[in-house]
Amino acid sequence: MAAPMLRGRCLGRCWALACIDSGSRHGRGAATGFTSSGKRGQSFVAQQPLLTAQKSRKGEHKWAAVVGLEIHAQIASNSKLFSGSQVHFAAPPNSLVSFFDASLPGTLPVLNRRCVEAAVMTGLALNCHINKKSLFDRKHYFYADLPAGYQITQQRLPIAVNGSLAYSVCVGKKWRQVITKTVRIKQIQLEQDSGKSLHDELRSQTLIDLNRAGVGLLEVVLEPDMSCGEEAATAVRELQLILQALGTSQANMAEGQLRVDANISVHHPGEPLGVRTEVKNLNSARFLARAIDYEIQRQINELENGCEILNETRSFDYKLGCTVPMRDKEGKQDYRFMPEPNLPPLLLYDTASLPAGADPQQVINIDRIREQLPELPSETREKLIQQYGILPEHSFALLNEVGLLEFFQNVIKETRAEPKKVTSWVLNIFLGFLKQRNLAVNESPVTPSVLAELLNLLDRKVISSAAAKQVMDMKRGNPRAINKLIGLVRKVTHNRADPTVIKEILEKQLSS
Amino acid sequence: MLGRTLQEVSAALKQGQITPVELCQKCLSLIKKTKFLNAYITISEEVALKQAEESEKRYKKGHSLGALDGIPVAVKDNFSTSGIETTCASNMLKGYVPPYNATVVQRLLDQGAVLMGKTNLDEFAMGSGSTDGVFGPVKNPWSYSKQYREKRKQKPHGENEDSNWLITGGSSGGSAAAVSAFTCFAALGSDTGGSTRNPAAHCGIVGFKPSYGLVSRHGLIPLVNSMDVPGILTRCVDDAATVLGVLAGHDPKDSTTIQDPGKPFMLSSLTDVSKLCIGIPKEYLVPELSSEVRSFWSKAANLFESEGAKVIEVSLPHTSYSIVCYHVLCTSEVASNMARFDGLEYGHRCDIDVSTEAMYAATRREGFNDVVRGRILAGNFFLLKENYANYFIKAQKVRRLIANDFVNVFNSGVDVLLTPTTLSEAVPYLEFIKEDNRTRSAQDDIFTQAVNMAGLPARQPEQPGRQVVEHVVETVPGDVKNAQKQ
Repeated sequence: MAAPMLRGRCLGRCWALACIDSGSRHGRGAATGFTSSGKRGQSFVAQQPLLTAQKSRKGEHKWAAVVGLEIHAQIASNSKLFSGSQVHFAAPPNSLVSFFDASLPGTLPVLNRRCVEAAVMTGLALNCHINKKSLFDRKHYFYADLPAGYQITQQRLPIAVNGSLAYSVCVGKKWRQVITKTVRIKQIQLEQDSGKSLHDELRSQTLIDLNRAGVGLLEVVLEPDMSCGEEAATAVRELQLILQALGTSQANMAEGQLRVDANISVHHPGEPLGVRTEVKNLNSARFLARAIDYEIQRQINELENGCEILNETRSFDYKLGCTVPMRDKEGKQDYRFMPEPNLPPLLLYDTASLPAGADPQQVINIDRIREQLPELPSETREKLIQQYGILPEHSFALLNEVGLLEFFQNVIKETRAEPKKVTSWVLNIFLGFLKQRNLAVNESPVTPSVLAELLNLLDRKVISSAAAKQVMDMKRGNPRAINKLIGLVRKVTHNRADPTVIKEILEKQLSS
Repeated sequence: MLGRTLQEVSAALKQGQITPVELCQKCLSLIKKTKFLNAYITISEEVALKQAEESEKRYKKGHSLGALDGIPVAVKDNFSTSGIETTCASNMLKGYVPPYNATVVQRLLDQGAVLMGKTNLDEFAMGSGSTDGVFGPVKNPWSYSKQYREKRKQKPHGENEDSNWLITGGSSGGSAAAVSAFTCFAALGSDTGGSTRNPAAHCGIVGFKPSYGLVSRHGLIPLVNSMDVPGILTRCVDDAATVLGVLAGHDPKDSTTIQDPGKPFMLSSLTDVSKLCIGIPKEYLVPELSSEVRSFWSKAANLFESEGAKVIEVSLPHTSYSIVCYHVLCTSEVASNMARFDGLEYGHRCDIDVSTEAMYAATRREGFNDVVRGRILAGNFFLLKENYANYFIKAQKVRRLIANDFVNVFNSGVDVLLTPTTLSEAVPYLEFIKEDNRTRSAQDDIFTQAVNMAGLPARQPEQPGRQVVEHVVETVPGDVKNAQKQ
């Protein structure tokens, strides 16, 4: 089912540079420009290119959408936030559960230092103010995957506040114009993950796996500064890259390490904000934008039909491609927040405030963590542009695929070919080659050296572009291609080279 | 032998006058004889004998672990004991066998103490009589004392002897009775609003409540996390000091224990009280105070004065607000702490499986008594968004004021405060149950709970031969000055 279109007049489109899923690029069309004043235009999620300038059917009022996000990222740590049990994906059920995780009476939380450091690192990378004192609270609700009947979180005073996340959208013809957008970060808080429930419909029972219960989460709250699914998806993608660069979370959505809830509302520009709905558990990068845009459209439709929007919680049905109300939320939950009495306030220091003679094992120095921050994606891109003169949109693409940047840099090292040529080959032919075979970069049969050599040959005009592409084919296992290649080499060397020798050399090179 | 102090028995063990196994067997036999007191929920006979045997081996080699090696002790049944049922006197945890030891239990065992059993209490430590647990009430050993029997002969009742037995007070009544009846030399209790000092008073023994943060709560099944402390019940102050020395100190498993190791704990043999300044808070002189208790209070004050101490009247102005403040905060934390009892991971689970919600509701209704359910409901009410500021936050502010009252008094030169522990001496059970748990708690905690809210240490000193009423509040955490007379 095609993603629904937005009615109403389009002010412009936003095309995200980073592909969430490189296979589902939205249709292209002429953009009509995008103001960078932050005015909330409309976004366009069409699969149908005809909707370039559709006039609204009901009234001439424009609609603006407002999207905020709550993102939960699992902290990459050896043990859980408040207990010593291990953190592993896909371990046998209930094999990573400590007494505390199972809420055995009398057990107490003990804060994991690595999780605090991860929170500080992430806060610093996102330009937040780090609160030197932060507090833990209990958030109460009854659910089978929450053994204690409450989650320990930071509601009153979280560890980091008031930051920002920059992401880029491409506009203009062939997306040459890069616009940086910013979304404000309200806060980052440390909290516990819950266990997992698996519903066994057949036996009318629910199975509980507590392996995940108590794993440390960073909740990153993004203010409603975004206006469409693509912007939200891009912001999430950038956050993913930052977390991965920091090492604070692997942020793999497929493995549940990054989960997104969206708060969405629509209004007419100039009027107050509309009633918002919460769309929970958007756990797929692929469907993030789609789900948000569906909900925006749904709200517009409802309002244009004279209905009201309920302040409710919805989830995205992937099969149907639409949001549905979540059945078990009757009325608003009162979480009865209460301070967590077993955890004293969390105190962090900087070099100036560090107490003399403090045990380094027992204190965290924000300045030290800041000094040790690794390079962030935005810096990496900037360096690429400066160093190799590549285009901004290419720098995004290079960072967007796991391992691609490293591959690119290794090729550059071994080849004399121009960086622009390398970029073009890596991003178009090499990446296309991988996508066709559904391979990740680290699964590629073509190594950087091979590509480098190919490019060298190309550079020296020993082989043609077509031939080089065929060599790539060869790696897939097409022996006829190599014969063609031999023919070409012979031609180039004016038939002086012995074909057998050429074949040997080529085969040797290609099989290494 | 069983009537001796811990230190005396420890010396006897060292000298070989008695062996740990003999001692253990004597205690076990006395426990059996005094079963009617209902002080113990679980008697860990096998475990105790095994521990005694180990101790005996050590003594034979001359490698005793210390003052507690081979000493029979008892533990209140709200402390986790590995492999030994821990019920909190509730249906909810009947049959629950923890897989770990509470830190304080472990520290006792590491010193070679011999665990006689788990003692009875009010369900989940909620109560001031030790009458509201599912295993029935605990009887005060003093009910069977010559003194009491004589007293009752003067009253024209004529029922059979046992019907007018006295309560132990609570909620650590079982531990208090166990120590008072000589079945062990020390027992662990817990103190949230007076639950160690109150029964100590009623049973004529020493009850010590350490400063919050001095002794680990890891493994103590919580009532109010911000006020609970493990308590120590013994027959003399020196013994309490010995036990405290073993239990006190930072525990990495409990983030609310203080880091500072401080000086190793030593009780000064202070007989000179002339340098002490003793404060008598005037707000504690309430009309409900029985004349007997009042007179003991005066006597104690006069005793100190006659020995050269300075005794002055002081004021704790927010005293009258403390009981309601305590109830708001206590019930709120209770509601939170009890949320984990849902029948899923451990403990009682009902038979209903129509839905998770139905299962939770029935499990909790069946598992908890009225008192517990009442406090959960009250606590949840106070924690609701619309009530939180008016109740919980206000109570926290009042709590700060109450704590400051103590700070101000101790900053003005006062070393210790001398107050009653209970309004009256131990009452007969039939009298006690005329009022509900909530009312009784409000009445009986009146002198003791302010100290819990302030986190201060306090001690109920013993007075052999009578049910004690004095209550001494110390200034310096963990530094129990021996202001005891002969």
